[in-house]
Amino acid sequence: MIFYHFGKYILLIKAVFRRPEKFSIYKNEIFREMVDIGLGSLGIISIISVFIGAVTTVQTAFQLTSDLIPKSIIGGITRDSTILELSPTICSLVLAGKVGSSIASQIGTMRVTEQIDALEIMGINAPGYLILPKLLGGVIMIPMLVIVAIALSITGGYLAGVASGAVSAAEFILGLTTGFVPFTLVVAMVKAVIFAFIITTVSAYQGYYTSGGAISVGQSSTKAVVISCIAILISDYIIAQLLL
Amino acid sequence: MIEVKDIHKSFGENNVLNGISADFKPGVTTLIIGGSGSGKTTLMKNMVGLHEPNNGKVLYDGRDFTNMDTNERIEIRKEIGMLFQGSALFDSMNVEKNIRFPLDMFTSQSKAEKLERVNFVLERVNLAGKNKLYPAELSGGMMKRVGIARAIAMRPKYLFCDEPNSGLDPKSAIMIDELVQEITAEYDITTVVVTHDMNSVMSIGEHIIFLHQGKKWWEGSYKEITKTDNKELNEFVFATQLMETLLKK
Repeated sequence: MIFYHFGKYILLIKAVFRRPEKFSIYKNEIFREMVDIGLGSLGIISIISVFIGAVTTVQTAFQLTSDLIPKSIIGGITRDSTILELSPTICSLVLAGKVGSSIASQIGTMRVTEQIDALEIMGINAPGYLILPKLLGGVIMIPMLVIVAIALSITGGYLAGVASGAVSAAEFILGLTTGFVPFTLVVAMVKAVIFAFIITTVSAYQGYYTSGGAISVGQSSTKAVVISCIAILISDYIIAQLLL
Repeated sequence: MIEVKDIHKSFGENNVLNGISADFKPGVTTLIIGGSGSGKTTLMKNMVGLHEPNNGKVLYDGRDFTNMDTNERIEIRKEIGMLFQGSALFDSMNVEKNIRFPLDMFTSQSKAEKLERVNFVLERVNLAGKNKLYPAELSGGMMKRVGIARAIAMRPKYLFCDEPNSGLDPKSAIMIDELVQEITAEYDITTVVVTHDMNSVMSIGEHIIFLHQGKKWWEGSYKEITKTDNKELNEFVFATQLMETLLKK
């Protein structure tokens, strides 16, 4: 069963990349999706990121009870855990819920109301027209959201650390700037791009092959979120093993 | 002209179409009728390529649609217009954009030319000036008419209508039937209508194909349909008391 769905998923992706009928129309759709996915998710990502950074700082400080360990290390731990794991992965899991369910229900509704059949009858490559703009919009905007998330997370960590007295501003900044490995940002971006691909294509697949009515659309949407989250976590582990 | 030759279609163990052959002529509205589960919508979906037949051929003016590759099919589909049961208008687009969509995709016309065409087809379906309304703001009958306008925007050679007047009041249903028939004759289109509505059968049934148990059971016109001794067809035609009373008069 898994292989059957995986094969169907690969065939759908292949159809997505067929030559567009008219690039100018696709271009407008891509910009629309970029706004939807990027700007539409900026608020929730900002709130989550600030609190993730704040909690990371407070909890790290709580665990560093030894006087032998300099407090500046709190800044370093917040930075690395934010860049490597928390921002790309947590943000992607949240986006799987927000963007993924929206993509699945949007395409699923078009399926059950015969709008996808209408596109096919017109001679339009329905997978390309419906999925390619969402895929490109996601792959462009989700890494940008992750960059914003990293910045806000570190800012949140700094504010929480200083406000709670767990670490001084100078110590936090010292830790933040000591021993920084730029490659961790590359890892974060690789994760963001792959997670974006997973969120958009898995959700689109679930929506595209919806059959039935309103209940099926809801089920597809739920499946899209669950499968995307599992796929994100598995690929997170694989990327970490391969790149670090 | 569309020729359907010995079409078979099954879903798992369930044989829905059992060797249907029929010809659909240009300028004529052909009605495919039959009870629920008789295979009429499946036949239409096989004809337009939304389903693949297990066996048999569909020829569009001699071109074998069933054995074409994707690009060749796209060329044929540009010549096809289809009105769906639920209209299938794009929710995110207003009436004008819905109708303009195939023109945007496949023609290099200027904005003014496209707008002129949109206004022409809207006027043809008696919806002039409704360009900026969204599907959610339209009544069922208006949605069907926008669906017809979109279907004819590209000047199709073949028009398919799936239950065009289902869910409509009798007056709107008659309006849609007449519109389909007028357009068919006016532009010499090969039109195929799937319906189970006897009012449509009696008003626009120039050529009728009756399906039963996935087979072509009877073929003729509305003039002949009440005079046949075909048991299954009679059961379908005279299923309602009203029809029985009216037709036997």
